[in-house]
Amino acid sequence: MKVKMLSRNPDTYVRETKLDLQKVPRNYDPTLHPFEVPREYVRALNATKLERVFAKPFLASLDGHRDGVNCLAKHPKSLATVLSGACDGEVKIWNLSQRKCIRTIQAHEGFVRGICTRFCGTSFFTVGDDKTVKQWKMDGPGYGEEEEPLHTILGKTVYTGIDHHWKEPLFATCGQQVDIWDEQKTNPICSMTWGFDSISSVKFNPIETFLLGSCASDRNIVLYDMRQATPLKKVILDMRTNTICWNPMEAFIFTAANEDYNLYTFDMRALDTPVMVHMDHVSAVLDVDYSPTGKEFVSASFDKSIRIFPVARSQSREVYHTKRMQHVICVKWTSDNKYIMCGSDEMNIRLWKANASEKLGVLTSREKAAKDYNQKLKEKFQHYPHIKRISRHRHLPKSIYSQIQEQRIMKEARRRKEVNRLKHSKPGSVSIVSKKKKHIVAVVK
Amino acid sequence: MTASRAAKSVLALSQQEELVDLPEDCPLNVSEDEEDSDGERKHQKLLETISSLDGKNRHKVAERSEASLKVSEFNVSAEGSGEKLVLADLLEPVKTSSSLSLATVKKQLNRVKSKKTVELPLHKEEIERARTPLEQEVFNLLHKNKQPVTDPLLTPMEKASLKAMSLEEAKMRRAELQRARALQSYYEARARREKKIKSKRYHKIVKKEKAKRALKAFEQLRKVNPAAALEELKKIEKARMMERMSLKHQNSGKWAKSKAIMAKYDLEARQAMQEQLAKNKELTQKLQVASESEEEERGAEETEELLVPDVVNEVQMNPDGPNPWMLRSCTRDIKEAEAHEDPEELPDPVAHEVSESEGDERPVAEEEILLKEVEERRSLRRRSELSQDAEPVGSQETKDSSSQEVLSELRALSQKFKKNHQSRKPKASSVSTGHQVQREEPALEEEEPLLLQRSKRVQTVEELEELEKEECSQNQEFLRPGLKGQQLERNPNNLPNAPKEKKKKEQMIDLQNLLSTKSPSVKSLAVPTTLEEMDDEEERDQKQMIKEAFAGDDVIRDFLKEKRESMEASKPKDVDLTLPGWGEWGGMGLKPSTKKRRRFLIKAPEGPPRKDKNLPNVIINEKRNIHAAAHQVQVLPYPFTHHSQFERTIQTPIGSTWNTQRAFQKLTTPKVVTKPGHIIKPIKPEDVGYRSSSRSDLSVMQRNPKRLSASHKKQLKKNSVD
Repeated sequence: MKVKMLSRNPDTYVRETKLDLQKVPRNYDPTLHPFEVPREYVRALNATKLERVFAKPFLASLDGHRDGVNCLAKHPKSLATVLSGACDGEVKIWNLSQRKCIRTIQAHEGFVRGICTRFCGTSFFTVGDDKTVKQWKMDGPGYGEEEEPLHTILGKTVYTGIDHHWKEPLFATCGQQVDIWDEQKTNPICSMTWGFDSISSVKFNPIETFLLGSCASDRNIVLYDMRQATPLKKVILDMRTNTICWNPMEAFIFTAANEDYNLYTFDMRALDTPVMVHMDHVSAVLDVDYSPTGKEFVSASFDKSIRIFPVARSQSREVYHTKRMQHVICVKWTSDNKYIMCGSDEMNIRLWKANASEKLGVLTSREKAAKDYNQKLKEKFQHYPHIKRISRHRHLPKSIYSQIQEQRIMKEARRRKEVNRLKHSKPGSVSIVSKKKKHIVAVVK
Repeated sequence: MTASRAAKSVLALSQQEELVDLPEDCPLNVSEDEEDSDGERKHQKLLETISSLDGKNRHKVAERSEASLKVSEFNVSAEGSGEKLVLADLLEPVKTSSSLSLATVKKQLNRVKSKKTVELPLHKEEIERARTPLEQEVFNLLHKNKQPVTDPLLTPMEKASLKAMSLEEAKMRRAELQRARALQSYYEARARREKKIKSKRYHKIVKKEKAKRALKAFEQLRKVNPAAALEELKKIEKARMMERMSLKHQNSGKWAKSKAIMAKYDLEARQAMQEQLAKNKELTQKLQVASESEEEERGAEETEELLVPDVVNEVQMNPDGPNPWMLRSCTRDIKEAEAHEDPEELPDPVAHEVSESEGDERPVAEEEILLKEVEERRSLRRRSELSQDAEPVGSQETKDSSSQEVLSELRALSQKFKKNHQSRKPKASSVSTGHQVQREEPALEEEEPLLLQRSKRVQTVEELEELEKEECSQNQEFLRPGLKGQQLERNPNNLPNAPKEKKKKEQMIDLQNLLSTKSPSVKSLAVPTTLEEMDDEEERDQKQMIKEAFAGDDVIRDFLKEKRESMEASKPKDVDLTLPGWGEWGGMGLKPSTKKRRRFLIKAPEGPPRKDKNLPNVIINEKRNIHAAAHQVQVLPYPFTHHSQFERTIQTPIGSTWNTQRAFQKLTTPKVVTKPGHIIKPIKPEDVGYRSSSRSDLSVMQRNPKRLSASHKKQLKKNSVD
């Protein structure tokens, strides 16, 4: 008689070695997993909470300047090298990995107004209040050599900003006018003006490298094409723009940091309407820098905080502040998309993580997978009220908090007044202007 | 005829004389009593003359009264003294109580002797001799009015009428009269009694009843005789005017002023005042509203004109005949009178109509009917004998006052009636059509006698059809039936043609037409109701529109359905644990046995009652948990356009627990991956596949020059062919 038995091959379930992963037979039939959504929700909630738990963005403070830090520059080739110029004319080069100043130069008398590195990373340029443009070697002088600039160009007027071309040996300065210089020449190859006010900043487009953008204190942003002798067009805003920054991944997009607490992201092809108005700051925005991925940017404000905005959203996703950090004058996002540096009034350069809760160092693949999974879960459940609340929760200094409240009231009052005006006027007599367009005065070509 | 009647009466007299020995005391038959009235009268006359012989005026006032039994030939009664006069008394010698009296008696006797013997009956001249101017005047008056001078019982007319009647008739009449009189007395007594009743409530009820009756009558009138009803409405309007002009009910009288002082403290007085004012308001309230469209009005008038029967016109000619109730009875009387005059010409349907209309008034109390009948017959008799002018007026006048009283009530009730009108109208129309049908049938059957009536009906239809001028002229003829009759007589050649035509038309008439023609008249009559009607119609229209607009969705039903569904869903379900094929055969088409099913069916316990059990218009979702709701998304997030999209994204799990490793990796890869320690350079045109356009063109050119040339050749070929 033959007896039928259930039999199993142990090969299917017995590990060959100790390090082998246990085989877990799984049935992915969704009917067998009725609680997948709640389970994932719980996971997302936990991930969000953990994110907040581990959100410790502040990494280091680089101190050594004897006056407020006025400008910062990234090294194009080395992630660890950062240059900073202070209000006392001193330029310092820092090693971020060691968090030490590796070199100090007394570059100018008075403020160091601008600093930029050459695209190859071998030298850098500074402009100061002493009406000079100086080119310096990135490497320090040899033993016994004097600390001297490679070139010094003495201008007629004060230069307030400088930027180097991304590919060619050209650089642009701004002051009374925008000058484009050949590195080899002592005279600008071309200088362009539109209006008579002083221009505070000039930036080269990193993609369409012959394009320039500048912002002046007569409230306008002017765009130039290097190939033409005249400026392209300008947009006049309500208030003065302090700096602009081009998106390194999208050629036509730039963001302007404005005195009216807002940042405006423009598409240079359609300047009459900003793509997005970013408004979370409670004081003048002094500097802005894009992340190298082009997805986010960081802004430094007079309200003693820096904020990180997604390009497509008007609300910031992150705000950084410390007790000792004063008015933040300059900010930079490092080229590996990991860190943010900000130089502030109180002579310190601070290093922040771009992603506040990110774990530093090498991650194992499982850690990475878990991180990705958590990130996805947070994204997936981001609209759920509790998750949203937790992820958006931030502690703010009292000054900023009260300012936010105050401005909320003011905004509401303004809105109410507008609504009332609309309500009590003849239909059609009062036109409704969208929030985006409200701050644009004019576009001139 | 009259001669034969006279002969009969003579015969009756002779018969009566034979009936001598009837005992006086036994109650006489009424008819017998009537029979010997003539003889009695004679006797009375004799007595009078005797009494007038002596100088003293025994003032027995001649009364017109029913023939009584006081006077008869069988027993002489002394008029002044209550005792009976016996023959023996008369035969006895006169008492010689005093010489003076004797002397006087002698004188008298002498005087008697000197005079001639009086012949009986006295000559007319002797009776009528007027001694004083006053008497002369009286006589004159009496002569003029043909009033009886000597015999006070009956006027010559009455006498004539009596003569004219046969005995049977007379008997009948007498009986009727008596009955009527009795009834009248009852009625009066009752009225007096009722009047004495002090209960306000009772009077209120009575008043209400009366008003109701009046209203009903008005409605009836409106149906039967529209013109009269209109007249009635006019009267109401006039009354309103009067009320407005007067200071009545304005709280300005003495009584009102006194009440006004009291009103502050006395609730009753206040109420009384308010009642007064309310009454004033009610009386001065405007009833009639001018119809809005001219056309409609005119049309109504036309139809009215056409529909109004001739009888009505006749009545309107009467100077004071606005009381519709009176009018109707009057016209009926006239008709009847006519019927009596010429019974051959009388069309049967008319009588039929009358009976119908009488039948309508059934609800009225029987006594009243009887009284009316009596009244009618009396008037009838009078008219048949007298000239027709004076009589009906008098009768109307008596009733006018009562009609006035009714008026105010009618006015008040017409308001109510207006409201009822909507519902009643179709009924009325149906009734009318019924009448029409009834009338039409006999008309078709017998043409000849119905000419008059038929012409009337044809008018309306003709109006509708708008025939030629010729027929229009005919129409005019129809409007004056008297003329028409003459014309018919004049040219009898036309006679056979006309009915034929009419008959044709009649055949063309169908019920629908009749209906349509009838309805406008009704509308025009109920003028005050039109506005409301229109409002109602508008409302109905709107409702209809809304209904049409939302024809597809029956909200209420949907709601109920939804509620039922939700209730079903919320009910705890039974659990069936039967395993088919366990312990018995199983397979296709085999069901587990009921016993087994029953055994393994776990009945769910009855849940708690639903919260919306007693709220018919509410669905309370008991599944909703507010604690859970705090964790749920309330607003659809931005990039999603539909909640189902969002739900789908949430439903798909991304964890490795529910996905294969590969799928998990794919699902969780971030959009932007950056390597730590690597510099991310700005994007370059080459990174996205851009090249300068001119160069790409060149490359293309260089890569396949042959092909291009071939195509070029082709194009060239094409060109050449073209």
